[in-house]
Amino acid sequence: MKKKKNFRGNTLPALVMVGPVTLWLLLLVAVPLIYVVFMTFCSLDANYNLVFTFTLDNYKRLFDANYVQIYAQSLLIAFSTTLICIIAGYPFAFLIARVFTKKKAILYMLVIIPFWTNSLIRIYGWRTFLGSSGWLNNMLTKLHIISEPAEFLFNRGTIILGMVYCLIPYMILPLYTAVEKLDKSMIEASKDLGAKGPATFLKVILPMTASGIFSGSIMVFIPCLGYFFVADILGGGKSDVIGNLIERQFQSGNNWPLGAALSVILIAITLLLVKIYQICGGDMENLGV
Amino acid sequence: MEEKKIIVEIKNVNKVYQGTNAVVKDLNLNVYEGEFLTLLGSSGCGKTTTLRMIAGFEDITSGTILVEGENIEDKEPFERNVNTVFQTYALFPHMTVFDNVAYGLKIKKKPKGEIKTKVMEMLELVQLGGFEKRYPSQLSGGQKQRVAIARALINQPRVLLLDEPLGALDLKLRKQMQLELKRLQRKLKITFIYVTHDQEEALSMSDRIAIMNDGILQQVGTPVEIYEQPATRFVASFIGETNLFDGAVSSVDGDKVSVSIESGVITGKGTDFKVGEMVAVSVRPERIKYSVRPVEGFTVPAAVKEQVYVGSVLKTIVVLPNGNEIRIERLAGEELPAEGMVYLYWKDEDAKIIHSFDNNIFAAIDNIQLA
Ligand SMILES: Nc1ncnc2c1ncn2[C@@H]1O[C@H](COP(=O)(O)OP(=O)(O)OP(=O)(O)O)[C@@H](O)[C@H]1O
Ligand SMILES: [Mg+2]
Repeated sequence: MKKKKNFRGNTLPALVMVGPVTLWLLLLVAVPLIYVVFMTFCSLDANYNLVFTFTLDNYKRLFDANYVQIYAQSLLIAFSTTLICIIAGYPFAFLIARVFTKKKAILYMLVIIPFWTNSLIRIYGWRTFLGSSGWLNNMLTKLHIISEPAEFLFNRGTIILGMVYCLIPYMILPLYTAVEKLDKSMIEASKDLGAKGPATFLKVILPMTASGIFSGSIMVFIPCLGYFFVADILGGGKSDVIGNLIERQFQSGNNWPLGAALSVILIAITLLLVKIYQICGGDMENLGV
Repeated sequence: MEEKKIIVEIKNVNKVYQGTNAVVKDLNLNVYEGEFLTLLGSSGCGKTTTLRMIAGFEDITSGTILVEGENIEDKEPFERNVNTVFQTYALFPHMTVFDNVAYGLKIKKKPKGEIKTKVMEMLELVQLGGFEKRYPSQLSGGQKQRVAIARALINQPRVLLLDEPLGALDLKLRKQMQLELKRLQRKLKITFIYVTHDQEEALSMSDRIAIMNDGILQQVGTPVEIYEQPATRFVASFIGETNLFDGAVSSVDGDKVSVSIESGVITGKGTDFKVGEMVAVSVRPERIKYSVRPVEGFTVPAAVKEQVYVGSVLKTIVVLPNGNEIRIERLAGEELPAEGMVYLYWKDEDAKIIHSFDNNIFAAIDNIQLA
């Protein structure tokens, strides 16, 4: 009897504590998500109104050859971006954490500050910089390196450049944390036992910072599939990512059920990647979960 | 005595970190092949720095270090025939015990079969047979320490450097590991340079002890030499308990030296002292005797302040006329009279006379003026 009373006594405060958060999650995550999934089984009538007639057509259309090609392209862009972020981000993270330890705070800020500026604006910045009458072309023509303005924009390379630019902080930060955590005596022990720099890097430093590479890769790869505005602004609509497909269905295409089905695919890919990450022993905390 | 071979020779070594004063000052030290040499000193005196210079993790500001007669200044850590056991163990967390121990051999690209036999031998040696598949996180502190030792020994270094390897272990385990390390060192006949700030550990394990204070080497010698013949005031007070009397030499008669201190005259043995020179006299508590009548050569009266039994030992504190307290240790049953004065004395050879070079010279001058 007494136990029950105690239990009841604790229920109200617990509800007060957890209730708002649960409600919040329910309204902002669960309901929209359920609605999106529901939409995928709907179709459109002649006036582009949503009607519920249970159909799998939207899912069937996902296997349209054009779409599959874009998935492949999107994955390719994401892979390349992630790889470049690792290659460019690792030395930088290593330098901040281990070499310029006195300027650590400043360098760290340099990585963080771009976060505070809208990425749309920064991407437009690139477009201005690389455009046919942009700063780079002007420079090169003035220096007589090229006679005609070159086309730097609107190819897969520029998209990857923009993606790397937007997402590299997400790579550097977990890498920095991992390198920072690495005990200096590990590196010394390796050298002491006869290993030179490269061997020490491959056998000790890299495996011990792999968790950072892993978290960083997840945090770069996933947004990369969805950052449609980068592909839009720098790719000129020629090379799309999955995000563009979705955006188009909800906007110009006005085909919400198909857009919803594409979203579900994106969500599924994301969950799959995170699950793989978790199975491989990745630390969920590094993803901010 | 047979001539011992020098394996590590440290010559006029100085170390200055950026933005600090000298941390190691003009260090000269020879380490002999196969010996167990301990660097002993209080925290911050430069022991780790010295060890790291030998290992190659720290540049030498000036001076030279020779290992087996070769200058090691330009050699990288991986080119030096010395290995280190780190205080924090520094085991690779992503490798099993086997892979940790095998690391040095794998780097040298030894054949697999050879690696396997050697690693197993090593693990057997440190009594960790059967642990090879575990990861460092699955080991206790003492076991990690053994892995660290096995890993450092597998390259068969000429010299093993150990930086407070037992610092993180509890007292009981530490005692046990001390014995084991000593056994290992005897068996393998590898030179050990061992860093500790625990004097008991140093006294019980070492062939020789090098005592450092504030970056300066104070004395090198066997534990008995260090205890019986302290070369400096610091060594006398750092190792074991002692009583220090500051004063000036009042007469020299052969090796018999009389010293005037504030409270009277005392005698000790020593050569190379001049009348009038400032000295400190160190006498261990267990060497001090007392008499109710003045003894020839001693005129220091004392009053008993406190007597405490500690097991079979009687610890007495007596007070000199100037208020200085002197500690005496006698066997139980030899109480001092609680009332009245006694006269302290000792055998001449039990008093070690030390040149006063340091700041304490001022203490001695004060004493003389008051006397
Ligand atoms: N990298 C460094 N930069 C500047 N000063 C240092 C550095 N490493 C050590 N020191 C200083 O050098 C002095 C000696 O340090 P060291 O680590 O050699 O002492 P230690 O005798 O090993 O002390 P402990 O018993 O506490 O380990 C200390 O005052 C320390 O602050
Ligand atoms: Mg130290």
